[in-house]
Amino acid sequence: MFTRLLACSVAVSTAASAAAGQSMSAVQNGREQTADQQVRHVLSRLAFGPRPGDYERVRVMGVDAWIQQQLYPDRVADPTVRQFVSQLPTYTASIAELLAEYPRPQQVQQQMARARTAADSMMARQMGAEGRVVNAELQAARVGRAVASERQLEEVLVDFWLNHFSVFSGKNAQMRYYLAAYEREAIRPHVFGKFRDMVGAVAKSAAMLIYLDNFQSQAEPGRTTLGVGPGGGGAAGRGGRGGRVTMPPPQPQRRAGLNENYARELLELHTLGVDGGYTQQDVIEVARAFTGWSVLPPEMGNGRGNQRLGSAVVQGHFVFRPQAHDAEPKTVLGTRLRAGRGIEDGEQVLDIVAKHPSTARYVATKLATRLVADEPPTSVVDRAAETFRRTDGDLREVVRTIVTSPEFFANSVYRAKVKSPFELAVSALRAVGAPPDLTPRTAQLIATLGQPVFGRQTPDGWPETADEWINTGSILNRINFGTALAAGRVPGATQQNWPLPLGLRREPREVQVDAVIAAFLGGEASPETRAVLMSGSNPLLDAVTVDSVDTGMRRPPPVVDTARVTGVDPMVLRQAAAGRAFQQLPALEGLPQVVGLALGSPEFQRR
Amino acid sequence: MQRRIFLKSGAFALVTMGLSPSFLRRTVLGMELPGAAKGKVLICLFQRGAADALNVVVPHGDDEYYRLRPRIAVPRPKSGGTATALDLDGFFGLHPSLAPLEPLWKRGLLAPIHAVGSPSTTRSHFDAQDYMESGTPDVKGTSSGWGNRYLATCGTCEEHKPTPFRGVSFTQQTPRIMQGSAETVAMNSLEEFSVRASGTHVQRLEQLYRTGSADLVHGAGEEMFDAVKMLRAANPQQYQPQNGAAYPRSQFGTRLRQIAQLIKSDVGLEVAFADVGGWDTHVNQGGATGQLAQRLDDFSQSIAALVTDLGDRMGDVVILTMSEFGRMARENGNAGTDHGHAGAMFVIGGSVKGGKVHGKWPGLQREQLFEGRDLALTTDFRTVFGEVAAKHLGAADPAKLFPDFKGPRALGVL
Repeated sequence: MFTRLLACSVAVSTAASAAAGQSMSAVQNGREQTADQQVRHVLSRLAFGPRPGDYERVRVMGVDAWIQQQLYPDRVADPTVRQFVSQLPTYTASIAELLAEYPRPQQVQQQMARARTAADSMMARQMGAEGRVVNAELQAARVGRAVASERQLEEVLVDFWLNHFSVFSGKNAQMRYYLAAYEREAIRPHVFGKFRDMVGAVAKSAAMLIYLDNFQSQAEPGRTTLGVGPGGGGAAGRGGRGGRVTMPPPQPQRRAGLNENYARELLELHTLGVDGGYTQQDVIEVARAFTGWSVLPPEMGNGRGNQRLGSAVVQGHFVFRPQAHDAEPKTVLGTRLRAGRGIEDGEQVLDIVAKHPSTARYVATKLATRLVADEPPTSVVDRAAETFRRTDGDLREVVRTIVTSPEFFANSVYRAKVKSPFELAVSALRAVGAPPDLTPRTAQLIATLGQPVFGRQTPDGWPETADEWINTGSILNRINFGTALAAGRVPGATQQNWPLPLGLRREPREVQVDAVIAAFLGGEASPETRAVLMSGSNPLLDAVTVDSVDTGMRRPPPVVDTARVTGVDPMVLRQAAAGRAFQQLPALEGLPQVVGLALGSPEFQRR
Repeated sequence: MQRRIFLKSGAFALVTMGLSPSFLRRTVLGMELPGAAKGKVLICLFQRGAADALNVVVPHGDDEYYRLRPRIAVPRPKSGGTATALDLDGFFGLHPSLAPLEPLWKRGLLAPIHAVGSPSTTRSHFDAQDYMESGTPDVKGTSSGWGNRYLATCGTCEEHKPTPFRGVSFTQQTPRIMQGSAETVAMNSLEEFSVRASGTHVQRLEQLYRTGSADLVHGAGEEMFDAVKMLRAANPQQYQPQNGAAYPRSQFGTRLRQIAQLIKSDVGLEVAFADVGGWDTHVNQGGATGQLAQRLDDFSQSIAALVTDLGDRMGDVVILTMSEFGRMARENGNAGTDHGHAGAMFVIGGSVKGGKVHGKWPGLQREQLFEGRDLALTTDFRTVFGEVAAKHLGAADPAKLFPDFKGPRALGVL
C-alpha cells in the first residue's frame, strides 16, 4: 500500500528551500507564516494566484505595502484591463443602449415568425446572433478581468460580492442585458465602500428586482396604496392623482399581490443571515415595504408610460410605482414604519438591516470564510464584525481588519482553502502568463468545471467551502483541465507566454521539476507529488529519435471568435469548445508533462 | 473527514441479461416488497420550455378543445385525415407523433397523467423548473433537489451500494433536481467521464492522488479513479442496443441510449436525469404536424428505443417525464400557445398501472380554466413524484422528500 502522511501540511521541497532563509523576520506582528509564505499567501488569497514575476515584485515591495496598495485600486494603473474592456462594446454599454441596439430574443422570435423569405430568415438569425454577443462579452469580461487585472484584490472582491448578491443570467431572456450594468453600477463601485450603498444599489438594480421578482410585487388586494404617481402602468388612473386608493380586486388575467422572494433573501442571504433573528412576519413586513419597487420594462420604453415619466427614467431601470405600494403601517424588526409613506419605507428597511448587528457578523463571517479559512477563527470574525459596526459598514476597513490579522497569516490557514472552479482556471491562466481572452471560450471551460459565470440558479450563490466543490466528478474535470492547458488547448496558454525559460526544455528532469514547482505550486509540493513529477524522462535529452524536437507545448489552433463570426448558439459553442479542449489530447512528454501533472496535482487545487 | 468508500469488489461484477428474473416476477416482487427495492432505477426526463400538454395528450372528446384551437388542434381519431390523434380511451388520444409509445399503452406499460403539475402560479420557465426540481413550489431557498434528497436519505440503506453512479445527469452542469449533499455525477456523455490523457500520464496522475496526505482532495481523487475504472470495466464504447432498439441520432436519443448502457452495466445507477428543450412553442407550433410534432418525434422515438433496449429490465425501471407547466388552452395570435398552468406527464415501466389516463380532468370551459385561461391543476406533481419514490425506489421516508406537502401521497399510478 501507499505511504500516508497524517497531516495535511505539505513538505517543503528542495525548490523552496532557497527561500527558507527569509523566515527570520516573520514572527513580528504575531504572524506565524514565513516572509516567503506571506508573499505566496497574499497572492493566492487577495489575488487569483501569481502571474510570472508577481512573487518577486511583492517580495521587493513588501507584503504590507502591497496590501495597502491593493486596498486602494484607484492608485494602481491597469492599462491591460482598460485596453481589454474597450474591445468589449456590449460590456460597457448602458442597459438602454443594449436594449436599443441588440434585439431581444422575443423580437427575434417574432421576426422569425413573420419571415416569409429566405432573406427574412437570414436577417432574423443575424439578429439572434447579435443578441448572443451580449452574453459572450459579459462572460469574457468577468474572466478576463480576473486574469489580467493589476487590481487583483478588487477583482477578488467583485467575485465575492457578485456571488453574495447572486443573480442568474438564465432567469429570463432579458437578464443578460442587465448584468453588465449590475456589475458596473451595483457591485464594483462599492466593494471598498459602504455596505449600505451596495445593498441599496442592488435593491434598485434591474437584475435583482427581476431575479427575485420584486418588480411584480404589489400590495395585497384590499390594502390601501398610494395614488397614482410617476409610476406608469398597473392600476394607473384608477384612483385619481396623488390620493390614497384601495387596491382593486385582482383581475383574472393578472397576477396581483405580495411577492416575498426578495424580502426573504434580503434578510436570509444578503444581510442578517438565516439565524440572524428575524421572523416570517418580518419577511412579510419587509416585502410590504418594498411593494412598488419595480423596473420599467423594455416593452414600455416606447409606450405612453414612458412619455408620462419624462426623460429621467430609462427603460430597464428602477422605478417606484406608488399605486402598487402598500401604504399601511408596518413593523420591521421592531421598528414601526408609519402609514402613508412611499419609497422611504424600503430605504428605511435597508438602513435597519445594514445597521443590524447580525449583518455585521454575517458579512464578517462570510468574508473571512472566503479570505481566511472554511471555518475562520472566531477571533478574527469578532474583530471584523466590530470594525463593520464601528465604521458603519466600511468594507475597505472590514477587509483590512481581516487581511492584516495574525489569523490571516497563521500557519493553520496556509493553503487551507480549496479553489473554486473559477479560481482554479484563472490561477492556472495567470500562472502561464495568459493574456485575457476576448472570446467566451475560457468562460465556457470554467462552466464545464462546474461554475458557469452568472450561472448560479439559486440565490445563495456558489459555495465558499471545499466540501461543496470537491467530489468525484469535479476532480476529474479539474485534472482534465490541467492536462488540456499543458497541451496548449486552452486559449492564451501558448508557449510565447510560458513563464519558464525556454532553455529549461533541454535541462534534466530534476531542474524542470523544481522550476515547475516554483512557478505553479508556490515552491512547495509533497515528497510524493515531487516523486511523481520526477518519474519521467526528458525526450529532448534522450538522443534516440528527435523527430519531435519541438515537443514543447503545442501551438493551439488560431483563436477565432466563433461566436461573433458565425453566431453559433453559446450553448453549442460551449460544448464544442469543451470537446475540443478535452478530447484527443496528445501524449505529453518532457516539460509539458511536468506542467500537466503539476496543474492536475492535489496541491494545485489549493490556495 | 469521513468519506464514502464504495465497494470495490462486486460492484462492477457484470450481471448478464440472462440472469435477470423474469419480467413478471420482478413486477410482483416490486409491488409486494417496495422497501426492499433492489436495483430499481428511476429515469427522470425533463421537457424544458413547457410542453403543450393539450396537444400531447389530446382531449379529443372535449368539444371545447376544438373551439379553443381552431388552427392547431390535433384532429379527432378516425376523422378522415392522415394524421389524427391516436385514441386511448375514447376521450383522450396521443399526438400522432407519439405513435412509438402506442405499443407501450397497449401493453399496459404507459400511464399518462393529465392536469398535473405545480400549484405555483408562476409562469416563469426558470422559477417553475426550479420548483419542479427542488420539489418545493414557491419556496426559492431550498438548496437541494428532490432526486438528491432521495439519494441522501437512502444512501445508508444496506441494499444500496454507494457507487459514484447512483445519481447521474446527462447534462452539462448538475441540474437542480440532483443538487444536494449526496454525490452525483453530471456528464455530457459517458465518453467524457474519463481521464483525458495518453499513455503513462494517466497512471502518474492517479499516483498523485493515491499517495500523499489523506485529505478531502486526495480522497475525492481516489474515488474518481476508481469510478473511471468501474465505468471502463463496463465498456460503454462497445455497447450494442438490444432487441432491435433504434435510438434517434439526436442528443436526447444518445443520452437515453447511454442511460440504458449504465443500467445494464450495473454500476449502481438509481436516479438518472436527462433533459430536452424546444417546447416553448409561442409561434407556429403546428397541429398533427409541424414544430411540436417534430419535438415529439424525437421524444417518443428515443423513449420507445430505451424501453425496447431495456427489455425485461423495464420491470425494475420507471421512466417519468415532466415539464415545468402547460400552455394556454386557447391558441394565440401567432398560431402558437403562451405559458399556462397544469400539464401532462408520462409514467412508464413494468410496475406502472398503465392503460389508463390518470388524474381528474378539470374541463376546458372558461369557468373551469385556471384564471380563465389555462388547464386547471387537479394533481400536484409531488403526489406523483412521492408515489414513485416510495413505491418504486422504496424511499425510506417519502414525506421528507417534499417538506410541507400536505396533499395526497399517491395517485395510484403504481
